Amino acid sequence: MTRFVVRRFLQALIVLAFASVFTFLIFQVIPNGNPALRLAGRTATPEQIAAISRSWGFNKPVYVQYFDTMEKIFTGTVVSYSQQVNVLSQIRQGLPATASLAIGASVIWLLWGIAFGLLSARRPRGIVDRSLAAFSLTAISMPVFVVGSVLLYVLAFRTSLFPNGGYVPFTQSVSQWFIHMILPWFTLSLPAAGFYSRVFRSNLLETVHQEFVRTARAKGLSRRRVVMGHIVRNSLIPVLSLWGLDFAGVIGGGAILTETVFNLHGIGQYAASSIQLLDVPPIMVIVMYAAVAVVIIGAVVDVLYALLDPRILLNA
Amino acid sequence: MSADHLLEVDDLRVSFATEEGVVRAVDGVSFYLDAGEALAIVGESGSGKSAMSLTLMGLTRDTNATFNGHVYFEGSELVGASESALRHIRGREIAMIFQDPMSALNPVYRVGEQIAEQIRAHERISKRKAGERAIELMTRVGIPQARERAGAYPHEFSGGMRQRVMIAMAFSCSPRVLIADEPTTALDVTVQAQILAEMRELCRESGVALILVTHDFGIVAEVAERALVMYAGQIVEQATVEELFEDPQHPYTWGLLGSVPRLDRPRSARLPTIGGSTPSLLNQGSSCRFAPRCPHVFGRCEDVPPLALQVPGQHEHRDRCWLSVEEKRSFRVVEGAIGLASQGGSGS
Repeated sequence: MTRFVVRRFLQALIVLAFASVFTFLIFQVIPNGNPALRLAGRTATPEQIAAISRSWGFNKPVYVQYFDTMEKIFTGTVVSYSQQVNVLSQIRQGLPATASLAIGASVIWLLWGIAFGLLSARRPRGIVDRSLAAFSLTAISMPVFVVGSVLLYVLAFRTSLFPNGGYVPFTQSVSQWFIHMILPWFTLSLPAAGFYSRVFRSNLLETVHQEFVRTARAKGLSRRRVVMGHIVRNSLIPVLSLWGLDFAGVIGGGAILTETVFNLHGIGQYAASSIQLLDVPPIMVIVMYAAVAVVIIGAVVDVLYALLDPRILLNA
Repeated sequence: MSADHLLEVDDLRVSFATEEGVVRAVDGVSFYLDAGEALAIVGESGSGKSAMSLTLMGLTRDTNATFNGHVYFEGSELVGASESALRHIRGREIAMIFQDPMSALNPVYRVGEQIAEQIRAHERISKRKAGERAIELMTRVGIPQARERAGAYPHEFSGGMRQRVMIAMAFSCSPRVLIADEPTTALDVTVQAQILAEMRELCRESGVALILVTHDFGIVAEVAERALVMYAGQIVEQATVEELFEDPQHPYTWGLLGSVPRLDRPRSARLPTIGGSTPSLLNQGSSCRFAPRCPHVFGRCEDVPPLALQVPGQHEHRDRCWLSVEEKRSFRVVEGAIGLASQGGSGS
């Protein structure tokens, strides 16, 4: 276990180094990428731009700028170019919305996918299976911005059943928080649920034909015990590891479209607006934060995987 | 039918509807099994022996399968019986051991749990007590340090030890019948004989009747008292093991016997084989199933012979061949031993 933790820690460091260097370099080669131009404003003189470059250190060699930025990130003093506010406090403000979205949506799409997968696998190629397959394919191919916008238009703008986007902190009002999260949860879950139900269905149908299932029946176990204890139990293992990584993606700010459509002010939306402004410090921090989230949750998933499937060794 | 026998199979038919047509995997099989005896079912892959043994307990899962005929266990019908009725037979009255013990055990449960799970399916008994029973059973089937090993997972066992786990599981509820479907085929040759002997011994001491499904005549001689030879879904010969080895009546049996390597004779350049391959079970015609591969085929073979008593004085011995007993006895000797004459030419 120690070896596993040490290995994952080193892996995280390497991922962080690569991710930060690449992100930093991308914004060095991007056209009009010089942040001094935007900091100086529209009517700036070349002298003003040069002065800003000097004071922010944009005239230093690239590697020096990189290490300066990294130092500020790790000391928590990094500020954005666009609004010149502390990036880490911005992320801390966005985290509750992103976490609400990620936790809620991922639980919904997991349960939804399992339910539809089970229903589909009961009678492969039957009417239920075919209908759910059609539903899943539609759900998977629906872009989040279309689903989200249509839902907002119909359920919030036209009928006022739901609030028109925005995030209410859990600590402020649980019911308001919940009402504000329903549409984002649904929108983000829909394609994932479609995908998960197909994956779980095929896992189930594969497991049904495993010989240990025949053994379970030959032992005289009840149908319920065969299905839940052997077929479902074994089919869930790959789904849960997939789920962990998808969850990591959303909590890392990956649900950019959902957060933006519903104006949740989460980390994903912060990333989107920072990219529009070519604002390097927040982007660096978010990329690194996402990388750490993926590595940590990936490690948790691997531990869970080893608990669920004893054939998996953590040190292998 | 009567309840004289422990298990009685009467004209059992299993067919599968496929896109190409109806596959008759088991085509009118009848036999009986008495308490405590050992019966071998012999045949090549595709002869229907596995499909039949799975059907005995209603384990054939295919939704395209249809079943006809009867299986009586202690007089009660199993074909078409409800799942809940079958559930009380499975594991408790009739237990089963499969070919590959690796895939037959669930990889994510400890072996002790898997044995205890079966006990708890049939008896009201606490988890802890069932676990203790599992450890006793593991000891009984020769698994060393059973207490520690009960907590291990199937992948942590060798093939032979896994099959011992399966045997322990099969014996856990003191069944009346044990069906072993090629129980040693997936194992190392060195442990095959050992496992087989242990399994036979366990059956003897607990009075369990054994149905051993195999393609290996060597195993038949060691274990069984009676044997059925199956070909293309039908029984082609049935006899006591002595009769089958001393006086085999069906050309297919000769071929099987001739293809067993023997250490007591000079080795021929190639092990004898039966020309051709097992027929497709699709749309069988009305001729003898073995005719296309049989070197002794003649006019009458266009009709399927009945499974009939033919050898005077051998009351258990039936076979499905039109040749007379005298013809069979002269035809079956090839190069001084029992075997099937090669068909000559490309063989058709």
